[in-house]
Amino acid sequence: MAELIVTDVTLSYENRHVIEDISIELHENELVCLLGASGGGKTTLFNVISGLYTPDTGNVTLNGEDITGQPGHISYMLQKDLLLPYRTIEDNVALPLLLKGEKKRSAREKVNAYFEEFGLQDTQKKYPHQLSGGMRQRAALLRTYMFSRDVALLDEPFSALDTLTKSDMHRWYLDVMDKIQLSTLFITHDIDEAILLSDRIYLLTGIPGRITDEIIIREPKPRRKDFHMSREFLEYKKRIIEKL
Amino acid sequence: MCLPLKRKLQNTTSKRERKRIQGGRGQEQFSRKSYAGEKVWPVLTIIIILGIWQTASSTGMVPRFMLPSPIDVAKAFIIDFPLLMSNAKVTLLEAFIGLGMGVAVGFLMAVLMDRFEKMYQAFYPLIVLTQTVPTVAIAPLLVLWFGYEMLPKVILIVIVTFFPVTVSLLDGFKSADRDTVNLLRSMGASKVQIFWFVKFPGSLGQFFASLRISVSYAVVGAVIAEWLGGFSGLGVYMTRVKKAFSFDKMFAVIFLISVISLLLMGAVNLLQKKCMPWEERE
Repeated sequence: MAELIVTDVTLSYENRHVIEDISIELHENELVCLLGASGGGKTTLFNVISGLYTPDTGNVTLNGEDITGQPGHISYMLQKDLLLPYRTIEDNVALPLLLKGEKKRSAREKVNAYFEEFGLQDTQKKYPHQLSGGMRQRAALLRTYMFSRDVALLDEPFSALDTLTKSDMHRWYLDVMDKIQLSTLFITHDIDEAILLSDRIYLLTGIPGRITDEIIIREPKPRRKDFHMSREFLEYKKRIIEKL
Repeated sequence: MCLPLKRKLQNTTSKRERKRIQGGRGQEQFSRKSYAGEKVWPVLTIIIILGIWQTASSTGMVPRFMLPSPIDVAKAFIIDFPLLMSNAKVTLLEAFIGLGMGVAVGFLMAVLMDRFEKMYQAFYPLIVLTQTVPTVAIAPLLVLWFGYEMLPKVILIVIVTFFPVTVSLLDGFKSADRDTVNLLRSMGASKVQIFWFVKFPGSLGQFFASLRISVSYAVVGAVIAEWLGGFSGLGVYMTRVKKAFSFDKMFAVIFLISVISLLLMGAVNLLQKKCMPWEERE
């Protein structure tokens, strides 16, 4: 069972609170979105959850274990793919396993089992610069998944892509998530993206950033094809815009 | 040595890198097409200069004993070939030992100064200072201290070759992408792992740029050290033919030294291609 709980986290930077009293929960196989304007402390919160920052108060637990301020438990994926240009896709994806001390051969074997599922066939031996932006993000997600099969943090993973690629990626993403069952916390400032992908949405607003609302999307998964043009979708959107 | 070095480092951006900066597939094809044309011009220039030189010396515009003609130089080169080769062997051996140790020292310094901020603060000014002392000025001292054998030459080469390596590697290590380093940290990577997976491979381009410089410094350093005392080597050969006023042999050995430097730089380029295969597959 994968369960991530963040309790009353406050962090200040140069005597100014960036985020205040943040409490969020992520349950097994859930896809939860953190929606808010840019510069609202979303990324700071992610750095706290991944253990890179230690919060002033509050704590983070994963499956009941306190991991506050400890990197190495939860990894994330950013807007930039951060694939290492001098490693092939296969070796990039295998990186988390190599860091854990696994041998190169067995690490490659393990990651290769997932290439098809992630729509990355025939890219194993290529270098990142030979792939399109969308494909690189797929590889980055697979790398995150290879690090931890419990929880993934995604920080605006698709926002650098053009609109068409982006909607392609959304379809791909929902498809993959359906197959691999990964609990995900997803940062975005794109309201449509949030409604389309998530089970629940936390609204993070104001300075310092606080969680001001929580919206549950009651639309069964997999989402129907025309969901993003349906009346329900527009109503969710209206509700969110009013609250932001 | 410090300022021109910086300029050299900037100028050594490889052709491939420049091509990549220009970007665009069409442009790349275009530059590949005109590549043959690019090579014609320097060759033509050299031929014209050699032609002017030959005429000047065979028409007697410049006295023959002061400026031998290119043909005289070629003759001297062929006649003295065995002697030149046996001396070159000594010089190359010194250059390789010195370069190997210089690169090792440079690498170690860069790693330590990157890892420990205090080391950086303590040693960086000193390292820059070692480069402000002219090679020619310390070479006689080294000869007096360490004798006429190989040791003073190797020491001199280490002094001139470690610096480019240290500076460029340090720069490479320090400019490692912060987000990438953080990502690896979030995956639980240790400092050593971050070094081997991110910092080191990310600095290889800069490392080879500096190696190209160090290689030519190594040869020149060896020759200078030999001038000031030694039993064999191209520098010793040079001082001997100078004393005999054999200008043709002087030119022959100068030619040989620059050919050696060029070949070594070419070897570094080959090594770079081998070590950085990802740069190739554009």
